[in-house]
Amino acid sequence: MVKMPDLVLKGKAIKLGDNISTDDIIPGRFAHLRSNLPELARHVLEDAVPGFASRVKLSDFLVAGKNFGLGSSREHAPVVIKMSGVGAILAKSAARIFFRNAINQGLPVLLCDTDKIGDGDELEINLTGGMIANLTSGITLNCSKMPPIMSAILEEGGLIPYIQKHKGFVIIS
Amino acid sequence: MGKTLAEKILSLKSHGEAKAGDVVIADVDLAFVQDTTGPLTIRQFKESGFEALAKPQQTIIFLDHAAPSPAQQLSNDHILLRCFAGETGCRIYEVGEGICHQLIAEQFANPGDVILGSDSHTVTAGALGAFATGMGSSDIAVALALGKTWFRVPESFLIELKGVFLRGVYAKDLILYLIGQIGADGANYKALEFGGEALAQMTMPQRLTIANMAVEAGAKVGLFPGDEITRDFLMEHGRGDNYKPLYPDAEANYEQVILVNLDQLEPMLSLPHAVDNVRPVTRVKGVKIQQAFIGTCTNGRLEDLAVAAEILKGKKRHPGTRLLIAPASRQVLIRAIEKGYIQILIEAGAAILPPGCAACLGLHQGVLGDGEVCLSTANRNFKGRMGNPEAMVYLASPATAAASAIKGEITDPRDLM
Repeated sequence: MVKMPDLVLKGKAIKLGDNISTDDIIPGRFAHLRSNLPELARHVLEDAVPGFASRVKLSDFLVAGKNFGLGSSREHAPVVIKMSGVGAILAKSAARIFFRNAINQGLPVLLCDTDKIGDGDELEINLTGGMIANLTSGITLNCSKMPPIMSAILEEGGLIPYIQKHKGFVIIS
Repeated sequence: MGKTLAEKILSLKSHGEAKAGDVVIADVDLAFVQDTTGPLTIRQFKESGFEALAKPQQTIIFLDHAAPSPAQQLSNDHILLRCFAGETGCRIYEVGEGICHQLIAEQFANPGDVILGSDSHTVTAGALGAFATGMGSSDIAVALALGKTWFRVPESFLIELKGVFLRGVYAKDLILYLIGQIGADGANYKALEFGGEALAQMTMPQRLTIANMAVEAGAKVGLFPGDEITRDFLMEHGRGDNYKPLYPDAEANYEQVILVNLDQLEPMLSLPHAVDNVRPVTRVKGVKIQQAFIGTCTNGRLEDLAVAAEILKGKKRHPGTRLLIAPASRQVLIRAIEKGYIQILIEAGAAILPPGCAACLGLHQGVLGDGEVCLSTANRNFKGRMGNPEAMVYLASPATAAASAIKGEITDPRDLM
């Protein structure tokens, strides 16, 4: 079998605080737009980070504190974050449902000590190895490992492509 | 080695030995969606090439979050959901039937079941001993088609309860207190398992309020054992045959044990804008409120309306405070009418809303204005939650909400009892 090259992402950090909720990501007052994802994506993080949708650039990284994505099960939250161009989310911790939803959408969530990353820092993320190089500060960060089944889902680009390929769940020990 | 409730249920449903930290594939007994997450689930189901449901009779669509619909886009989402039910033969609960979690408790959940919902408060059914948890649309779409999902078996915290609630103190005060202690992410990925001598007197409505908010401490499930109270509740709701006793093993391994003496609790509040920002009511008294909201999957049950009616009987809401009341289900509304609670509440100045989620999530039926303060019996007070990031939401028990509606400011319910 040919070894796949490491998957590497490069981009700039947009720093956020602790406890960014799904109501911050998609305020409930926009629920009527949930079947119009491009329109919904224009309001991503609107209350928490004014002007976010116009500020975010392709392949930027969201770099948050603890408990990112707490709250609702609305999978629209990672969907619109991904649609806005964000390449990956880095956080000290992520709420359970959001974490699973993001991976199911093929949006990487890496858990690491985000205090070591400043707003605007240039980062290079090696998804395969779970390593983040902060090109601005020169520091390298290790990310905590996710269960192998989640890595496999992420590698396929999300849960739906994973299921289409495997026709079910495969436990990797 | 002994098993926790989580390990017991997931061992049974994965047909093997499941212990904390394992990843298992488990059978799903029941899967449901609601009207704000269902449309994406259905689109993903179809885009995946799935056509048939694994278990049509154990697949349910609830129209409760935007019900009746306040906007044309949501009305169209409702059409999509109704069409899917017609095509696949799944169950559908129409506008006005009630909140998904209440209907799951009244009609479906049993001890030992695995229940998935595309709603984070699916954990509510843990009150009946069901491993019930919220997931997103992709996971639910796959579960609808395959009848299975994967879980990482959670480590468990044992919440050991003793004593009895004092007058004016309720299950809501207990769970708010606990979330304040544990923190909004303190039980992330974990199971909260409730035990201890106090359970013998803890009613199913109380358990539902507590399990409902387990997710606000980050937990995957909030589990109660299947005991005599569970059996009696199932018998009352016509499915006594589904009862099976479900207890953790005596030697089960818990990551943490948290002891709470109910006698020592007092009325609690969660302050804006975080559920774990918890203080005793006595320390927040006097904050003016423009709206009091009694309802939701946390506190919209008959017992909650009974407490509100007891406090509001013969009294009036403060002229500066709107009082909104939404029963959690049609059955709750009918019983509340029979018992005379609805008449008392209307005479006290309440606006009665149809059974459903109502004002909870900021979509309709009670959106707040700029700078307004709401005291709500719901489970979330995040910024923007009730439709306006310039508003403030406090969370409390129905008793505190009723007392505060009379005074027009945050009030200790014991002052009016």
